[in-house]
Parts: sequence; C-alpha cells; structure tokens
Amino acid sequence: MAIKKFAVAAYDDEEVLFPAVSKVRHSGYKLHDIYTPFPVHGLDVAMGLKETDLHIAGFIYGLCGTSTAVGFISWIYTSDWPINYGGKPHFALPAWIPVTFELTVLFAAVGMVLTFCYLNQIMPGVKKHVFHPRQSDDLFVVALELNDHTSEEEAIAFLKSTGAKETSVQMAEEGWWYGRWDKEEEYEKLNTSIAR
Amino acid sequence: MNDRFEIPARLRNTSLALIGVGVLTLIMGAVMLLSGNDMDKTRFWAVLLHDSVFFTFITGVSIFVQAAVSLAQGAWLTAYRRVPEAIGANVWVFGLITLVVTLAIIFGFRVHGVNTIYPWVTPGDDKILLGKKPFLNTGMFVAFSVATVALWSFFGMKFRSYSIAQESAPKNDTKIYWKVFRLSGLFLIVYGLSQMSTIPWLWVMSIQAHWFSTLFSWYTFASAFVSGMSLIMLWVVYLKNQGNLELVTKEHMHDLAKFMFAFSIFWTYLWFAQYMLIWYANIPDETVYFKLRQHGPYSVIFYANFIINFCMPIIILMARPSKRNYFTVTFMAMLIIFGHWLDYFQMIMPGPLGAHWHINWYEIGTFMGFVGILIFAVSRSLAKASLIQHNSILLKETAVHIA
Repeated sequence: MAIKKFAVAAYDDEEVLFPAVSKVRHSGYKLHDIYTPFPVHGLDVAMGLKETDLHIAGFIYGLCGTSTAVGFISWIYTSDWPINYGGKPHFALPAWIPVTFELTVLFAAVGMVLTFCYLNQIMPGVKKHVFHPRQSDDLFVVALELNDHTSEEEAIAFLKSTGAKETSVQMAEEGWWYGRWDKEEEYEKLNTSIAR
Repeated sequence: MNDRFEIPARLRNTSLALIGVGVLTLIMGAVMLLSGNDMDKTRFWAVLLHDSVFFTFITGVSIFVQAAVSLAQGAWLTAYRRVPEAIGANVWVFGLITLVVTLAIIFGFRVHGVNTIYPWVTPGDDKILLGKKPFLNTGMFVAFSVATVALWSFFGMKFRSYSIAQESAPKNDTKIYWKVFRLSGLFLIVYGLSQMSTIPWLWVMSIQAHWFSTLFSWYTFASAFVSGMSLIMLWVVYLKNQGNLELVTKEHMHDLAKFMFAFSIFWTYLWFAQYMLIWYANIPDETVYFKLRQHGPYSVIFYANFIINFCMPIIILMARPSKRNYFTVTFMAMLIIFGHWLDYFQMIMPGPLGAHWHINWYEIGTFMGFVGILIFAVSRSLAKASLIQHNSILLKETAVHIA
C-alpha cells in the first residue's frame, strides 16, 4: 500500500453528516471512507457503496466445504480404507450428511470472516491508521483522498463549508500493515512538516 | 387509500367453478369408487382425508403466524395482517370437513370388518395395537379432534374480530393490543399441544399404527408451515396485483420469501433427521415405513418430494433478487404448496393403499374442490373488512419496515 494525503473532517451530528456526504459526492472529491461510532442506517446508500459480493464468496466457500467433506470421506471409505460398519454400504451417503453439513458451514463461516477482514482491512493484531481518536467515540469522520492536483486549502475550505467541526490534512497509509507503530512515527514527522 | 377489496367476478367464478369440480368429483367418486372393489373404497376415503388434513394444517398456520408475531411484537406482518387473519378465520371450514371425514372413517368405514385406514379402530387380537389402546382409541381421537378444531376456529375468529375492533378503538389505544398479546400466548400452548404433537399422531401417524416416530408431528408442522407461508404469499401477491395493499413493499415480500426459503431447509432438516436415524439403526419395525416409500411403489413420489421441497427452493430462492421478484416468488409458492401436498400424500397413502395409489381424476378433482373452497371463503372474508389495519399502533413501523 501507499502513503497518501487525506483531508479529514469531523462532524458531530448525523443531520449535518448526510447533506455533507451528498455534497462531497457531487463536488468530485474522492471519498476515501467514513468512520462512525455506530452503524448509521442509510449511510451506505448515501455514500453510493455498491452491494457487497461477500455472500457470493460465502456460497463458493460453502461449496468448497461440501466437496472437501464428500470427496475426502468417500475416498477414505470407498478406496483408501473400506470398513464394514453394521452391514452398511461403503458409500454410505446419509451417514456423511451431518459431517458434510458442518464442514460446509465451517468453510463458509471462516472464509467469510477472513474475507470480511480483508475487504475492510482490519484484523486483530494488525495496525490501521486512525484518522481521528474520537471516530469511535462521538464524532463522524469523513476522509477525502487528495492527490497532487488537488489543493489542500480548497479541500479544507470546502469541508468547513459543509459544517465540519474539525478539519485536518494527514499523510497516512491507506491499508493495513503488520508490525509496530513505527509507521505512525513516520507520519508524525510528515504531518508536522505540512503547513496547516 | 385503496383499502377495500372487492371480489373480482373472475375470482368468484373461478372459485365457484373449482367448487363445482370438487362436488362433481365427490359425487362421481361416491358412485364409481364406493361401488368398486376394496381398494377403490379405501381410496375414496383416504383421498378425502389427505386433502382435508392438508388444508386444515396449512390454514391453521395463519393463526400460528399471527400469534407468534404478536407475541414477539413484530411489526413486519401488520402491513398485510388482514391476509392471515382472513385465512385463519376460515379454519373452521376445513376443520369441520376434517371432523366429518375422520369421524366417518372411524365410525362408518369398514372393509370386511377391518378399518383399513385407521387399523387401530379394529385391532382384533393384534398385541401392539391393543398395547396402544390407552391413547389410540375412538374416545381420545374424537376428544382431541373436536377440541383442536373448536379451539383453532375460536382463536382464528377471535384474532380477526379483535383486529377489526381496533379500528373503532380510540387513537393510540393499547388495550386490544395487549389482549391479543395474552391470547397469542394461550394459542401457542394450544398449538403446541395440537399441531406440534397430538393431532398429527392421531390424524396421520396412526394410519400406520404399528410404526411411530417421535419427531413426526414436528416434521408435519414444518411441512404445513412452509406451505402456509406460501399460501399467505400467494394472497399478498394477488392483492398487490389488484392494486390493494399499498403498504406492502418489496421488503415485506422479502421477509415472507425468507420464511419460505428458511423453512424449506428446516423441513429438510427434520425429514433427514427422521430418515437417517431409521436408516442407521436399521430396525425392521422402523424401516418398514421407508421400505414402502423409498424402494417400494412410492419411490417416484419420495424422490420428487425431496427435489421439489429441498433442491428447488435452495437453488431458486437462495439469491436475494429472486426473493424480491414477483414471478419467482409466486412460482415457488405454488410449487412448495404442491410439493408439500405430495409430502402429505406419501405420509397418508402407503398405509391404506399400498401399491394401488393413483394421482388421477379423483385426487386432482378433490384438490381443486378444496382450493375452490379456500379461495371462496378467504376472498369473502377479505372483502368484508378494510385491508389495512387502521389505527393499529404498529402501522407506522410496518410502513417503514426494511427486511
């Protein structure tokens, strides 16, 4: 991942946040993400996020689980080590259904959790940049991604005009990283060098 | 708001035509089958029993849904609650038919002195049947059947009359709401002791009186529940197409379709739990049930049952868009009702008829007759009151409901 420049605005009211998000989308700025202390209904629609494909991934993981279970058990009991259990046929499908069902659920569940973590770039023990310490407390934090052609001053002025309580410009790693918070110290140096 | 439903002439004529077909089939059956051989006589009664039990169960589900949702204080049903209310208020029709049919079978039906549908009525010197006599006897059967039909009819009509009374109650009055809440708790006890235990034992399981399964009632309930939800779905789609039920959005349809999907899987779970334990234990007393159905003359229905009621819902209804599409949802609702009609067919027919089963003019005609009665009775009830529960305290919540 790369270190990028972000214009960050913190709002203290949902009723200000929603019109601000719609203004951001119409202004042409690239909306990086919005951080809220609680799930805000309708914010995904306001941000224009597309429907997630997570459930399709889940379906595929489930199919993998089903085929792993049926394939592995049938290989064991029909060719690798056939045993006569109470006169049942070697290919005893009804007896395998519970295990197959459990493996389907297990693969789908674990796979979907890991995919969810990857899509959101979060994971226990993995670091991610925090734009505002109060984004998990009582502020709604909007981060816009800036590039070489966008003016910081204009972006900040724009965010202030939408009703932001606090604004800042930050250099930050956009994805997750594994390791110590060294990167955070690098940002500090970068950020102190930015004129505010 | 277009909250009144006027029965279209086409619907009324269709239902009357279907009832006509049913009556004609009944007369033809009485003339041709009752004068036929032993199997024909048994078929005449077994088919009537099959349809009356099936329709009583799937309409009874509407009362259960109202009770469960009232007790959970859910608002998602309120937008179309008049539909389960109208179905539930007509349970007495099918309950009465079932009572007449079962009592006629028990007291009036004998083939050479033996009751071939309910063999426990004439146990002879069969030790197993005599051992079950304390539960399986005519007194118990009549008492449980009459009590169940009476209580279901009472609760079905009561829920509807309370809901209509709420319309003329003072604004934001919660008295009736809590009355229905308490009544729902009572009904769940009644339902648990009838549909979820004793009634399927008596009406359906005792047809093969030697055989028993402890989760049989739960399995028949799952079967009835998923088709009962499909029935509600069909009425909702029909009323939407008529321009009624403006409060019902795709979100409400999605909820109903989720029930159709989830309880198809639940039915399969119970179906399989019953099957696998018997298959695994391999005790002749128990496997006799599946020997007839899986490997015997019913294998076509046995596998069709599994494909229609499990494979098709899981493939077609799993995706979100198909749960919000009128066509797929209507198609699946009809398919599920037919599939569970087949499910009840293979529960009831193998005992009395063995290999001599048919799905022919008599079975189809009787089914059409019952569908006609259902459409006629429910549409009349729907037309009598407003289709929106005006003045319900959940009305606003249901209007903004998101699945």
